[in-house]
Amino acid sequence: MRRSMLFLPGNTPNIIVNGDALGADNVILDLEDAVAPDQKDAARILVRSAIKALGFKNVELTVRINSLDTPYWQADLDEIVPLRPDLIMPTKVGGAEDVLTLDACMAEVEKKSGLPAGTVKLIPLIETARGLENAYAVASASPRVAALFLGAEDLTADLHCPRTKEGAEIFYARSRMISAARAAGVDVYDTPFTDVNDDEGAVKDARFARSMGFSGKAVISPRHVRAVNEAFSPTQKEIDSAREVLAAIRQAKEQGRGAISLHGKMIDKPIVVRAEQTIAMAEAIAKGGSK
Amino acid sequence: MMKDSKVIAALKDAILRSGLKDGMRISFHHHLRNGDGVMNMVLGELAAMGYRDLTVNSSSVFDVQSPIIDHVKSGVVGRIETNYMGAKVGRFISAGGMKEPVVFRSHGGRPSAVENGVTPIDVAFVAAPTADPMGNATGKIGKSACGSLGYAEADARCAKHTIVVTDNLVPYPLEDAMIQEQWVDGVVAVDSIGDPQGIVSGTTRITRDPVGLVMARTTVDVIRASGLLRDGFSFQTGAGGASLAAAKFLKDVMLAEKIQGSYALGGVTSAIVDMLNAGCFRSIMDVQCFDLGAVASIRDNPRHVEISATRYASPTSKSCCVDSLDAAILGATEIDTDFNVNVHTDSNGFIMGGSGGHSDVAAGAKLCIIVAPLIRARLPIVTDRVTTISTPGRTVDVLVTQKGVAVNPARAALRDRLAEAGVKVVDIHDLKAAAEKLTGAPRRPARGTREVAKVVYRDETQIDSIKSVK
Repeated sequence: MRRSMLFLPGNTPNIIVNGDALGADNVILDLEDAVAPDQKDAARILVRSAIKALGFKNVELTVRINSLDTPYWQADLDEIVPLRPDLIMPTKVGGAEDVLTLDACMAEVEKKSGLPAGTVKLIPLIETARGLENAYAVASASPRVAALFLGAEDLTADLHCPRTKEGAEIFYARSRMISAARAAGVDVYDTPFTDVNDDEGAVKDARFARSMGFSGKAVISPRHVRAVNEAFSPTQKEIDSAREVLAAIRQAKEQGRGAISLHGKMIDKPIVVRAEQTIAMAEAIAKGGSK
Repeated sequence: MMKDSKVIAALKDAILRSGLKDGMRISFHHHLRNGDGVMNMVLGELAAMGYRDLTVNSSSVFDVQSPIIDHVKSGVVGRIETNYMGAKVGRFISAGGMKEPVVFRSHGGRPSAVENGVTPIDVAFVAAPTADPMGNATGKIGKSACGSLGYAEADARCAKHTIVVTDNLVPYPLEDAMIQEQWVDGVVAVDSIGDPQGIVSGTTRITRDPVGLVMARTTVDVIRASGLLRDGFSFQTGAGGASLAAAKFLKDVMLAEKIQGSYALGGVTSAIVDMLNAGCFRSIMDVQCFDLGAVASIRDNPRHVEISATRYASPTSKSCCVDSLDAAILGATEIDTDFNVNVHTDSNGFIMGGSGGHSDVAAGAKLCIIVAPLIRARLPIVTDRVTTISTPGRTVDVLVTQKGVAVNPARAALRDRLAEAGVKVVDIHDLKAAAEKLTGAPRRPARGTREVAKVVYRDETQIDSIKSVK
């Protein structure tokens, strides 16, 4: 369960130290955009030490690494993969070949560290027009890919369009990402809402993302974590309805009935799958988090 | 003096008429906070008149009153009794600057001691933002308005001689007056009793610190899970950023769940006023206003009620407001694994605070919640033993940090309730270990052997002794 994925700059020890206390299901320690080129080494060392010291036992951990066209990404993988974060987020991923390059390098680091191949998963950040058009190929390039992640700020720059709060300019990108990820059988996460002072806007944007089919959403302000979690949590009405569906299925099985209807509507497989997902998520939330 | 006026032209004359002698006890209140000009004015006058060895009993001593240091050095002031001391004077005291130890009481213990003759006041100097010629006085109006004058009431009522000092003399009678004429001997009009900028804060913004917000939300979760949040709920919180945030989140919950509380108590901020105006409480019982919003509210809203320190928290009154409190949110400089709280001294042992109402509220409230980050300025907040015991651990129920909530082991039922409601309950020793894993165990500063201050609990027993700092 990753309703919210919270970005924390990799060079801010005071914030990282509280990363697992801010309510996000997943914390992304950022070695890329948040860190100036002359601080890359320092941030990598800090993130490495923080993972070792803090453990992040109560929260899923992602590390965003530098893109393949920089001199930093290999050192990022060498330092971070042995620490077994849940996910590595490579940036500006443009096609399946990028995933394969990363996959091979990670497998090597895993081998050297005595970790089973594929221990650490990938969540490629799609933030270029090329990456967007290749989203399905990226998502299905390797079993290491656990999810796709939309980065709208860089994408809109690449698309030559302004980034707006309303987000009409990324409607296609959102739709395409969701379709590609679902077709490949992986999760998909929405770009952050970047106006940290607009709480209402954050709620609206998160609800819209959920309505489109995203699995969760990135957050750049801890203040928005709760709103995003709520938007991506099943409502009590949805939970009650899912329980009703599953109870009807159970009852029909006991009675040996094939076709099942509830409140005059047929219950088909997708409805059952959705009900099971809803209950699984409600149970995970009740247990208090993603881990 | 004319029969229909107690106005005395000069402060010096008022002092002469009071019968004040060397070695006597004089008192002040702290409602003008860091804008107060009256204590400095009076002590300056007393020094010029040649007084020696006076006891200053003030509900607080702020940094603006640091000229008291010179009066201690010169022998004008021989003893200080207070409930709170700012860091400037605190540092001087901690360094051994005063022969006699400072006596710290609480906001409830002080009026009790005044009323019961433990600390009889010879002359009370009452700074008054507005007064009439017979001594009726209020803090609600005037250019130096500070709101409630609750801490001055016992002084004015019980002192052998009471002098009101005002910068806004209005015609008799001043109807709504916390300080009443039957207690007042003289009234002195001055140009200014203080700097309005320092009296109240105009800032009412809640914290934007994500850790503070997490703790505030968790605090509200604890209050909800305790079962106390129902119609008739009563509540007190402080003026810090996280406290204001907790008030805001609590307001949202109370409105959403249509809960109407009975009263909010304090130490009042705009956040509490907002809760009153939104219908979260029937009334505010206000011993002290922290900001301009609270001052305006106590002036304009009859449901925002001014109360004395005696009514607020005196343990020897027949009852007081803290006794009926459901939940209170308090801060801490340190808390130890027995839940004892320090709000008197900093990590180096220097005095920089005091109980204020901390220990009173903790003793009275059914649910006393301490809110503190696990680490502050690279130091862990949870320790094996606090540097100074300000509030005994037996009166503290819960510690809220950003990394979990610790419940006093004596409150097993509460712990179970919180855990059942999904609050992340952890052992306080584990919080200490988690902090020390990051910071290391801090070394204790070297302390002298000389007692520089006594911490006197609300029942007049001494619960700790503050030593000099080497």
